[in-house]
Amino acid sequence: MMHDSDIAESFQNAVAEAAARAQPVQIVGGGSKVFYGREPEGAPLSVGGHRGVVSYEPTELVITARSGTPLADIESVLAERGQTLAFEPPHFGPSATLGGTIACGLSGPRRPYVGAARDFVLGMRIINGSGAALKFGGQVMKNVAGYDVSRLMVGALGTLGVLTEVSLRVAPRPRLERTLAWEVSAGDAIAKMNEWAGQPLPLSAAAHADGVLRVRLSGSPSGVEAAGRRLGGEEPDDGEDFWRRLREHDLPFFALPGTLWRISLPAGQPPLDLQGSWLIDWGGAQRWLKTETQALPVRREAAARGGHATQFRGGERTAAVFHELPAPLMTLHRNVKRAFDPKGILNPGRLYAEL
Amino acid sequence: MNASQQAVERTSSDVDVRDLAAVLRDSLPAYSVLVESDERRPYECDGLTAVRELPLLVALPETVEQVQHVLRTCCQRGVPVVARGAGTGLSGGALPLADGVLLSLAKFNRILGVDPVNRTARVQPGVRNLAISEAVSHLGLYYAPDPSSQIACSIGGNVAENAGGLHCLKYGLTVHNVLEVKIVTVEGERITIGAQALDAPGYDLLALMHGSEGLLGVIVEVTVKLLPKPEAAKVLMASFDDVEVASDAVAAIIASGIIPGGLEMMDNPAIRAAEDFAHAGYPLEAEAILLCELDGTPEEVDEQIEVVERVLRTHGATAIHTARDDAERLRLWSGRKSAFPAVGRISPDYYCMDGTIPRRRLGEVLRRIGELSKTYELRIANVFHAGDGNLHPLILYDANQPGELERAEACGGKILEACVEAGGTITGEHGVGVEKIDQMCVQFGGAELEQFHALKRAFDARGLLNPGKAVPTLHRCAELGRMHVHGGQLPFPELERF
Repeated sequence: MMHDSDIAESFQNAVAEAAARAQPVQIVGGGSKVFYGREPEGAPLSVGGHRGVVSYEPTELVITARSGTPLADIESVLAERGQTLAFEPPHFGPSATLGGTIACGLSGPRRPYVGAARDFVLGMRIINGSGAALKFGGQVMKNVAGYDVSRLMVGALGTLGVLTEVSLRVAPRPRLERTLAWEVSAGDAIAKMNEWAGQPLPLSAAAHADGVLRVRLSGSPSGVEAAGRRLGGEEPDDGEDFWRRLREHDLPFFALPGTLWRISLPAGQPPLDLQGSWLIDWGGAQRWLKTETQALPVRREAAARGGHATQFRGGERTAAVFHELPAPLMTLHRNVKRAFDPKGILNPGRLYAEL
Repeated sequence: MNASQQAVERTSSDVDVRDLAAVLRDSLPAYSVLVESDERRPYECDGLTAVRELPLLVALPETVEQVQHVLRTCCQRGVPVVARGAGTGLSGGALPLADGVLLSLAKFNRILGVDPVNRTARVQPGVRNLAISEAVSHLGLYYAPDPSSQIACSIGGNVAENAGGLHCLKYGLTVHNVLEVKIVTVEGERITIGAQALDAPGYDLLALMHGSEGLLGVIVEVTVKLLPKPEAAKVLMASFDDVEVASDAVAAIIASGIIPGGLEMMDNPAIRAAEDFAHAGYPLEAEAILLCELDGTPEEVDEQIEVVERVLRTHGATAIHTARDDAERLRLWSGRKSAFPAVGRISPDYYCMDGTIPRRRLGEVLRRIGELSKTYELRIANVFHAGDGNLHPLILYDANQPGELERAEACGGKILEACVEAGGTITGEHGVGVEKIDQMCVQFGGAELEQFHALKRAFDARGLLNPGKAVPTLHRCAELGRMHVHGGQLPFPELERF
């Protein structure tokens, strides 16, 4: 663990100077998600040195930390008190920081059952594109004073502000987790996952990979055991390890050749008619596709099924990576970008070429 | 506060009402455009009844096309528009403007579709919160956020205010339970925000719409998430002879790793009022009671009830009682849910506050509220969403006594400032509206307020949607600051403003 350090003021100066010269800035944390989004451009602004837990009150279920704090440090601080980040964020490497995690807004297998990264954000300090240091939200669960700028920052890939401090709601670690497995087709797995999600079961993950449906149950020991008896299935050897490897894209599926697409869909949609290899996560709501297929048919099929497609890893990154927005919505996006970053200097083009 | 002396900060335009009504009637049926003062009267206030204003005109569209026509027409003519759902809001968010159109979404009251496989419901904004759960009950599903007004409040308003409820510690606020909204922009354009999937590409404008109080767009459709109804629920009631001991017991429950479905605290004045009204079986001598509901599978609930009982016993509870059956469970809740009307019975008027604080500061904030009660010579009863730190002090007053309303408002303002000083917020779930607009100057600095205004302009460049609400002008804050300095009572000048 490196020493705590508060260097937010230096970022403020750097952004203000860049704004004065209309010089694009590329925000760099731990570099673990540099593969994500469109090709970065601009002079690097390294924020990884701005680190340390500012406050942590386990009985209030809130942690506040500087954005450069390694995600692993946050998780180990929480684990000491039997708590966790319930949205199970992927690290994609040991250098992952809190700021990068929130700026990317990615969530792990637990997401459909407990909520996404944005659902756990309570407050934030940011530096906007004019170099103003701002604070929104706070450390309390319920707060409707002013617009919810903190949540707006989640997944914005640093295009609206440099995140300097984040307050997150944390959760108690489940007392028991158990994984169950069945050999079934993708179609049957999707039907089962959605049937069970409509019942009062302590589900915390459901995925279909390599012809095997896996479900994780989490909670109090007696509740998990009772649910396990009800569902049946086998207990696989790789149990919890499978979910970690799924979260980190460390399963053999992710090493297959081709571009990795993330397709977000209404969970109950039957399997998609696209060439390639599939892995279904989030109880059917997040589908991973490894394919050599062109972008257009992938996006078309995702949209036709009520969802959207992201070119998650690999492929051409100077073109569109995220799903195209309808024109009026893009106009709104441009206006929002201008409201935070009038000179367009923060991570320009990382999310969309227009932003 | 100063809600009673709310000044409109906007350049108003001269509008010919009859001309405007005629243009609106090009698209809306004649009976959906109200211009006579007795027809407009029912819309003069929302749940914040102390502040009233007659709107210029009331429009009651029935279709999205009609909403678009209203907005396009108003936008062209520079007429402000205030959207209104069921009008149950407590902060004056739907307070009309004398020179503006009041756009009622009351006729948008249909459930458009229920998808049992994906566990979603697509509803119009005027659908009542409770009606959603009732409509999907046969599927074993429900819509989780349950504000106390759920019988009457509508889902569009719930989104606009990011409504909470008794169970949001475990199940989240409105923002955690909505997948998609369709809005009409100030220019009359339809935009879909969010998705039928769990996420949508681009900025999280869906989160931004929640709690935006009708300043960014008019919501014309909402897709909500539905959850499976928990199989079992049990509630236990613990008594304490000290509110701070009760607060520490709440912290101990959370520290034990359990997130109760509901966790509510009431102080003695609230207990007495509620018991007198609802006969819930509350102990009248207790300084505080805690209602703790555990839900889930029957096995889980039994296991957790045991843990919670043990925690409460070792943390100073003077008595613990678990409801024997569902009837008693509902009776215990009925007292809490009727706390507001119960207080309404022991006082001609009451003023409900909505601060949120880090729970560990509860003791000092309650002491401060006690002092303010003495200073302003007004009784105060406290009900508290203890799990999430959301405090509802109810200030009792009599509007017929000269000066009492003003005293209640001043006292309320001080309570909110105490919440900010304790590291909390001026509003947890009721919104800013016109009611707390001055306290926004205490919670936020000029740079944040400027950012809010820039964001508003991104959606509504001319400031026609619900102007004067939610976010104060810098000018207003400056004026107020001077006012307070002249009075020698600038609230907490040493404070970091967040």
